Amino acid sequence: MVKQKVIDTASRVYLIFALILLYLPILILIISSFNASPRNKAVWGGFSLEGYGKLIHNDMIMQALGTTILLAAGAALVSTVLGTMACIGMLGMKKRSRTWLMGLTNIPMLNADIVTGVALMLLFSRFVDLSFWTMLIAHITLIIPYVVLCVQPKVMHLNTSMYEAALDLGASPVYAFWKVVLPELVPGIVAGFMLSFTMSLDDFSVTYFTKAPGIHTMSTMINAEYRKGIQTELYALSTIVFLLVLLVLFLMNRKAWKKVDGVRGRKGGRQREKA
Amino acid sequence: MKRLGKRLLAGPYLMWMLLFTVVPLVLLAYNAFTGADGSFTLTNVAVILDPVNGKPFLRSIGMSVLVTVICLVLSFPLALILRKCSGNKNSFIVMIFILPMWMNFMLRTLAWRLILLNNGILNQILTALGFGRVHLMNTIWAVILGTVYDYLPFMVLPIYNALVKIDNDVISAAQDLGAGQWTILRRIIIPLSIPGVVSGITMVMVPSISEFVIASMLGGGKVYLIGNVIEQAFNSGYADIHAGSGLSLSLMVLILISMVIYRLFDGEEGESSLW
Repeated sequence: MVKQKVIDTASRVYLIFALILLYLPILILIISSFNASPRNKAVWGGFSLEGYGKLIHNDMIMQALGTTILLAAGAALVSTVLGTMACIGMLGMKKRSRTWLMGLTNIPMLNADIVTGVALMLLFSRFVDLSFWTMLIAHITLIIPYVVLCVQPKVMHLNTSMYEAALDLGASPVYAFWKVVLPELVPGIVAGFMLSFTMSLDDFSVTYFTKAPGIHTMSTMINAEYRKGIQTELYALSTIVFLLVLLVLFLMNRKAWKKVDGVRGRKGGRQREKA
Repeated sequence: MKRLGKRLLAGPYLMWMLLFTVVPLVLLAYNAFTGADGSFTLTNVAVILDPVNGKPFLRSIGMSVLVTVICLVLSFPLALILRKCSGNKNSFIVMIFILPMWMNFMLRTLAWRLILLNNGILNQILTALGFGRVHLMNTIWAVILGTVYDYLPFMVLPIYNALVKIDNDVISAAQDLGAGQWTILRRIIIPLSIPGVVSGITMVMVPSISEFVIASMLGGGKVYLIGNVIEQAFNSGYADIHAGSGLSLSLMVLILISMVIYRLFDGEEGESSLW
């Protein structure tokens, strides 16, 4: 049992070590955002909110932020719709054509982002001018496989007899889809949307090659400007982004927690009744 | 009779994927095999053999292998520990590991710049403690550190997802039959974690081999990877899209070949189970 204790302690130490490694850079960003020291951010020069003030008045960063969110939301929405439709369509296919389609899905996944970006740039620059729309198309292409990969397993586990039963009982195909099929798919669709949204937010390579001059997303803006003395603003931005993400995850988690608590509460109640 | 799976639903997706993944790649190959005058040539594909391009290519391969190994070595124990923290805390701890993924990776890389710069936080601490300075910034080690940091969650989560699927009863049964910790790890946990490890390795190795923005932010132009070469070929003063296409094609073929070998070697289709 001594051995078990050693393993437990080692596990705990390792977990804490990993958490420190993971969060230390973020913590440093947050501290730096409040650092008044103008030149060297590694030296504490007193508390200041200057970075936040400058951030709000920096049109370039605000525009990049807007473009990033618009792009991610638009791309995630289109990919979720197209991807989900494709997954349902695959139900009616023979195994062979389904395998083909999944192979096609794997191309952007397995290809390096930089190759996807370069190839799309070659296509766009041949036929159209680069614009917000080319960026949107590129993002959709990049993230659509993640939707398919999230939704496809759920579709494969669908019990199609339920849908057919609903039709037999007089439901219209649209109504039956809405009431019988869609609720089964929702977890997969939500996961696909979230994952593809995240992938779009985080992308650099594909955006870099397909973006129009003058339009920036966060990633390309940081790449172009991080040397030019807007660091404090960027640290302030990181802090805000981090707190927002924290809030969203907390809210999502609280829902899950409530469910857990509900189940536990009911169990406890039953046990008490027994006693 | 009306059935749920209407193949037509997959139509838009199929069109999209053909138009925006297959056509661009065909165009890339066309550019790679033609010269500026449009005649067939192999020189663009052969530029990879030129040491100017070949060295960064090999450096990228070496770096991505190293990054993947480091991620795997760090992640496996972590995923094991996370699995042990089962129960209600579970979702919370997993959330903690997903959280940093939601921060823009450019901002996270910026944090490492802050730490590693020659007058950065790491060196401030080291000098304060009486050790000498370390020169990490603008070396390949800084790039490796940043890349490991960015891709670590992509290794942890698939392995964790594979591990939580292992039934506790299987482990209890092994224990009852007299297996020690080590035997359980070797004979049960590791074999059952393989699908997660496979998708983890894919998700870390493919993006890290074509990484170029971390290399320019933490390597300061002194660490030159294949991604940087390709980027220069398309976006610099002396741009040559044919040579760039040739290099991109080489990179793509390398990734595809290694994936095929990897999947053959592995023997089974690795589930992509990031979420």
